[in-house]
Amino acid sequence: MTSPTPIRGTMIGTTDLRRTFKTRGGSVEAVAGVDLHVEAGEIFGFLGPNGAGKTTTLRMLATLITPTAGEATVAGADLRRQPQLVRQRIGYVPQGGSTDPAETGRGELVLQGRLYGMTKGAAEARAAEVLATLDLEAAADRGTGTYSGGMRRRLDVGLGIVHQPQVLFLDEPTTGLDPQARARMWQEIERLRELGTTVFLTTHYLEEADALCDRLAIIDLGRIVAEGTSDQLKQRVAGDVVTIGVDGAAASVLSLVESLPFVREASHDAEGGLVRLYVDRGETAVPHLLRSLDAAGLAPTSIALNKPSLDDVFLRQTGRSLREEAA
Amino acid sequence: MTANAAIVDEALTAIERTPRMRALRDTWLIFRRSVVLTIRQPVWILFGIMYPVLYLVLFGPLLDKAVGQAGGGVSAYNWFVPGLLIQVALFGSAFVGFGLIAELRYGVVERMRVTPMSRFAMLLGRSLRDVFLLVLQAVLMIALAIPFGLHLNLAGVVVTLGLMALIGLVMAPLSYSAALALKSEDAFAPLVQGIVMPLLLLSGILLPMALAPDWLRFLSSINPLTHAVDAARALFNGDWGNPEIALGVGLTTALAIGAVWIASRAFSRANA
Repeated sequence: MTSPTPIRGTMIGTTDLRRTFKTRGGSVEAVAGVDLHVEAGEIFGFLGPNGAGKTTTLRMLATLITPTAGEATVAGADLRRQPQLVRQRIGYVPQGGSTDPAETGRGELVLQGRLYGMTKGAAEARAAEVLATLDLEAAADRGTGTYSGGMRRRLDVGLGIVHQPQVLFLDEPTTGLDPQARARMWQEIERLRELGTTVFLTTHYLEEADALCDRLAIIDLGRIVAEGTSDQLKQRVAGDVVTIGVDGAAASVLSLVESLPFVREASHDAEGGLVRLYVDRGETAVPHLLRSLDAAGLAPTSIALNKPSLDDVFLRQTGRSLREEAA
Repeated sequence: MTANAAIVDEALTAIERTPRMRALRDTWLIFRRSVVLTIRQPVWILFGIMYPVLYLVLFGPLLDKAVGQAGGGVSAYNWFVPGLLIQVALFGSAFVGFGLIAELRYGVVERMRVTPMSRFAMLLGRSLRDVFLLVLQAVLMIALAIPFGLHLNLAGVVVTLGLMALIGLVMAPLSYSAALALKSEDAFAPLVQGIVMPLLLLSGILLPMALAPDWLRFLSSINPLTHAVDAARALFNGDWGNPEIALGVGLTTALAIGAVWIASRAFSRANA
C-alpha cells in the first residue's frame, strides 16, 4: 500500500448540523445541532448510548441522508453542494455488514474498486493488496457467507478502503465481535491512521473510545455534551471517584456524605444500592468516609476508589451511566 | 491534497465529464454481478426449468379441448405458449423486489450508495439481469414446447421476446421501487400477490377471455397485460396485420418508460 503524506488541517467540519425525522407522533430531532471539528490524520471517536444520534450524524457525513439544517465540509468538499466529490474521497463501513453471502471476498472488493472508477486490472491488483493487508487471502475466493464475524468485519473495512479514501467512517466497528477479533480490529484501525487516513468511528464502548481514539466527542440526545482528548475529558471530572455499596440505605448515606467538607459532589444510582461521590484526594478521603459512616451507624457493604473514567464524564454531563445504557 | 487523492479526483473528473459513460459502465458492472450471483444459486436454475415444464406437461393437455372451442381455431400450444411466455415475463419480474430486500438487509445497497456510482445503474443493472433471465427462460420454454406441437414463426418469436423484455422493464423497476419503500418481505409479498393475481386472471393467459361474461371481458380489456398476451398470440401465428400487436407493444413500451422513470427517482432519492 502506498503511504500518502499526511494532510494537515480540517478533515471534517460541521456547523449546527441537524436532522429531523418525521414519525407518527410528530417529528423527532435525532441530531440537534452538532458542531464537529476533526483534524486530518486523527482517529476521532463518537461516543454515546444507542439512539444518541451517532449513526444519524455519520450517515449524514457519508451522504446517505441529507441534513435538515446546517453545513458540513468533508475531505475538502461541501457536503450539500458536492456530495459526489465527498463520496469519491470517503469510505464508509456500515454497522450491519455490507457484503452478499453468495459473493466472494475478492469479487466484492474488485466490484467496489470498479464502482470507484478503477480499471479492471487496477481493481484486481488493489483487491489482492487489501486481502493481503487484512489477512483474508485464504478465504478470498470463498463466499462471504462462510466467513466468521471478525473476517466479515475486516472485509467490510477492506471495502471501505479499496479506493484509499482520505477519511474512513466506521459505524460501531467492533460491535458483536469477540475480544480477540476486537483487538485485531483496533490494530487495523491504528494501521490506517499510520498510513495517513483519518478515521471517524462511532462506538458505545468506553474502553474502545479510551484506548483507540486520539480525540472524541460524547453525544447524547442529538447534542454533543463534551469534546476533547480522553484525558482532557476526564480532567473535567476533577478528582477521584469513590463508590460505596450501601444496601438500601442510599438516602441516609447520601445526606451524610454530602455534609462532609471534602466531598465535591455525590449522587446515588437509580436502584439505591450505590452512592457515588467525587473527592479531591481519594486515598485520604476513604478513611475519613469510613469513620464518618461508622459513627453514624451506617455500614457500607463495599467501597471502591477509582480514577475517573469516560463513564464518569458521561454521568457528569447527562446524569446517566453509559455502562448501564449499553448493557 | 495527497498524491492519492489527486489521482482519485482526476478519475472522478473524467467520469463526471461523461456521466452517461459512467451510468453505462456501472449498469454493466451491476448487471454482471447480479447475473453471476443469481445463477450461483442452484435453486433458481431448478425452478427456472421446472416451472415451464410443469405448465407444458401438467396444464397444456387440459387446454386442447377448451382452446379448440374458444381459441379461434389455432393449435392449443400456439394459443397457450405465447400466453405462458407473458406469464413467465410477469412472474420473472414482479417478485424481484425480494432480492433487493435481501440486498438491503445485507447492507450491499447502502455500501453502493456511498460510492459515486450511478444511481440509475443500480436500478437498470438489476432490471436488465431480470430481463436477461426471463428471456433465457422463455427460449428454453419455446424449445421444450416444439415437441408438443408448437409451430414457430421466427420473426414473431423474436418480437415476442422483445415484448417480454419490455414487460420485464415495467414490472422489475416497479417491484424494486416497492421493495425500497417497504423494506420488508412481510409487507412486500401480499402487495405483489395482490397486484399480480388480478393481472394474471384478467389477462386471458390461462383460459380464453371469449368464454367470459361481458363485465369480465370489459375488465380484461383495460388490463394492459391482456393486450400483451393478444399481441404475443398474433405474433406467434404470424398474424402481422393484427392491430393488437401495435397496441400491445406500444402500451407496454409506454408503461416501461414510466416505470423506469418512477423507479430511477426512487433509487436516487432512497434515504434508506
